[in-house]
Amino acid sequence: MKIVKIIAIVLLVAFVGIQFIPTERNQSDTVPETDFMLVHNVPESIQKKLQVSCYDCHSNNTQYPWYNKIQPAAWFLEDHIKEGKAELNFSEWDSLSSRRKSSKLRSIIKQIESGEMPLYSYTLIHKDAAFSEAEAKEMINWITQLKDSL
Amino acid sequence: MNKLKSILGIVSIVSITLIAVSCKDNNKKQNKTDIDHSEMNHDNSNGHHDSDKKEMAMSGDGNSEVILYEYFNLKDALVADDNAKAKELGASLATSLGKLDVSSYTDTQKADLKDIIEDAVEHAEHISESDIAHQREHFKILSEGVTDMVAITGTKNTLYQQFCPMYDGGSNWLSMSKDVMNPYYGSKMLNCGKVQKEIN
Repeated sequence: MKIVKIIAIVLLVAFVGIQFIPTERNQSDTVPETDFMLVHNVPESIQKKLQVSCYDCHSNNTQYPWYNKIQPAAWFLEDHIKEGKAELNFSEWDSLSSRRKSSKLRSIIKQIESGEMPLYSYTLIHKDAAFSEAEAKEMINWITQLKDSL
Repeated sequence: MNKLKSILGIVSIVSITLIAVSCKDNNKKQNKTDIDHSEMNHDNSNGHHDSDKKEMAMSGDGNSEVILYEYFNLKDALVADDNAKAKELGASLATSLGKLDVSSYTDTQKADLKDIIEDAVEHAEHISESDIAHQREHFKILSEGVTDMVAITGTKNTLYQQFCPMYDGGSNWLSMSKDVMNPYYGSKMLNCGKVQKEIN
């Protein structure tokens, strides 16, 4: 019994301990001029979908879920957001050249078409982030139009 | 007894947490060994590859010919449906793209090249970590970039711009040879396509 107690205490201390390790928060009060929504004339329905389905990991502003304050969930989120922003950051959209914009738009289309994005682990919790067939079609059509107009 | 219960409760919460953390790490490690494996396989099957690399190094870093050489190797790997080899070549292509020396060009050309390279590096990096279907998607855009690069840098060899009307609404690639060997379909439709343009 003594050993169980000791192990329990050690683990408890570890669990409490990791709560104090700070994580980087991906939040900002301002929307930069380079933001996708400000650069392009985005219809409202598309805006809303992008915001809900993409912006959490692909912009400088994440709407954090409640569990983001608990480790190790917070680390997991931080990792995802970092990776997502490295791949595509809508907040810094206009800093890309038109070649790279077009290239990113193509990738966005492919990812939505193949259902790779939004990630399954994300839509599992954020039900409204998932794309219905009609929503996917609308998004792909609009982005294709945008790509061709660049 | 109550004390024991609460201790057990704490233990289970904590161990779930730790398992969650360690699972995540394990996943990462597993991915890493997967990559190592593919590289190892490749080394075994291609004993002569090292000497090729040496030749390339001698022809000088930062040279656009090195980029083309690696691009053609990558194309051949896709023609051969060789996912592992394409991964490796994607990685080395990303490196040599990044090393391109633009100092001898005009300012506009420099800006264009920088833009082309930045985009191409991203696609080459994706190729280094994707399955073959994805590799081909990225190869399409990469090919456009390399074609634009050659338009600026030129090349000492004659290249053939080839075209496959079937892949993704029509797709181009470059080849050193007139013969059509399709990198987008590989063995599935090896000779689908035509020469569209001769460069040089």
